[in-house]
Amino acid sequence: MDFELILRVYPFFLEAAWVTIELSVLTTILGLICGALGAAARMSRSAILRAIGATYVSIFRGTPALIQLFIFYFGGPQIGIQLDAFEAGVIGLGVNIGAYMAETMRGAIQSVDKGQTEAARTLGMSRWETMRKVVLPQAMRMMIRPLGVNINALIKGTALVAAISVIELTYTAQRYIGSTYKPFEMFLLSGALYMIIIYVVGQGINWLDRKARIT
Amino acid sequence: MTSAFVEIKNAAKSFGKLQVLKDINLTVDRGQIVAIIGPSGSGKSTLLRAINELDPLTSGEVWLEGVQINRKLPHRQYEKHVNQVRQDIGMVFQHFNLFPHLTVRGNITLAPRMLKGLSEAEANKLAEEQLTKVGLLEKIDEYPSRLSGGQKQRVAIARALAMKPKVMLFDEATSALDPELVEEVNMVMKQLAEEHMTMIIVTHEMDFAASVCDRVLFMDQGVVVEEGPPSVIFKTPKEERTRNFLRKHLARNGG
Repeated sequence: MDFELILRVYPFFLEAAWVTIELSVLTTILGLICGALGAAARMSRSAILRAIGATYVSIFRGTPALIQLFIFYFGGPQIGIQLDAFEAGVIGLGVNIGAYMAETMRGAIQSVDKGQTEAARTLGMSRWETMRKVVLPQAMRMMIRPLGVNINALIKGTALVAAISVIELTYTAQRYIGSTYKPFEMFLLSGALYMIIIYVVGQGINWLDRKARIT
Repeated sequence: MTSAFVEIKNAAKSFGKLQVLKDINLTVDRGQIVAIIGPSGSGKSTLLRAINELDPLTSGEVWLEGVQINRKLPHRQYEKHVNQVRQDIGMVFQHFNLFPHLTVRGNITLAPRMLKGLSEAEANKLAEEQLTKVGLLEKIDEYPSRLSGGQKQRVAIARALAMKPKVMLFDEATSALDPELVEEVNMVMKQLAEEHMTMIIVTHEMDFAASVCDRVLFMDQGVVVEEGPPSVIFKTPKEERTRNFLRKHLARNGG
């Protein structure tokens, strides 16, 4: 193991890790937005919205994320959508993880006891008031952990954008292997940095989950 | 003079092919207390839940103080109408359905603040009044998970009362309670009876029904088999089905 090499290149890997973090944060935000919209659509009263929601979820869960990325990045220009690699990466991964998050959120919302809705509606609260004040506050607590699982998958999934040459951790490792011929060290270094990111995020999720627990 | 306060006309309901309510008529006067008894699956809970549109009727009408509850309206107007009339109909459930993420205070003040525009101070005062009534003022800042079943149900009653309803519906309010906790809930209901609250009570507690109710309905297979004052229904029922039900019920409850 070439420790000297690791010490020499690690600042560049830290920079790349920062790109991975940026990707992860933006993807999480976009994923949560897509997830919330997808879940709302899937539980809507309107049959059309329900169909749209179901189609979204089955398309993006039913095809490889890599293909989705390629379509956004390479296919986009063909239909007049120019995205740079980073943008295509965020949008591709965000829309993809959003489909999973939509199912996570729907599951949590539907797991709130039906009696809660009945009690609120009986008091005269509207569907929306009931959702906002009674169902969602309980569902949110239940979705923290499963959303954490989605985010964990998403962070590891950012490695895919190396394939469209976003200079993040995985791509950086590949680039340095090209000049150093030390794949073991390079992949180990990037793997370690992924693990640190995921560990910190995992602790954050645990903290949120503990804080949100009902007495 | 008596006045029809709650009126159910020709109520019928089907779930697919299964007809659970068949042409039911019921009139409850202001301040009257009516118990609905019957075997499980007789449709008694469904009838109760039809009154506030939780389980809307397939056909028939429900009226409260001259206002038709189950009006056929376009969706938006229907929602508005239902949200309005439900404020006048308190409901207490078998499994309490307290909001676990809110304190007792929060449970009671949520709807009055949101729907009646009460200020925080007004809502707090209201919560204190209602809790005093059910004897649980000292629990005002507890979460429901810290209460016993009987206490939960008393808070649920206080929550319903805080909306100042015209009528209270009780759907087997004591069925999920341990036997030693039933009495405290019955006491609160008796107190409401003394205050002349109009109540419709679905119950398995014949003693309770006999002691507080003005009228008892016996339902079986979606129809009202027999109705009358408790003294008649419990002591000298006319119908064979009523006698059978009461006999079985008494045998099961050892009394």
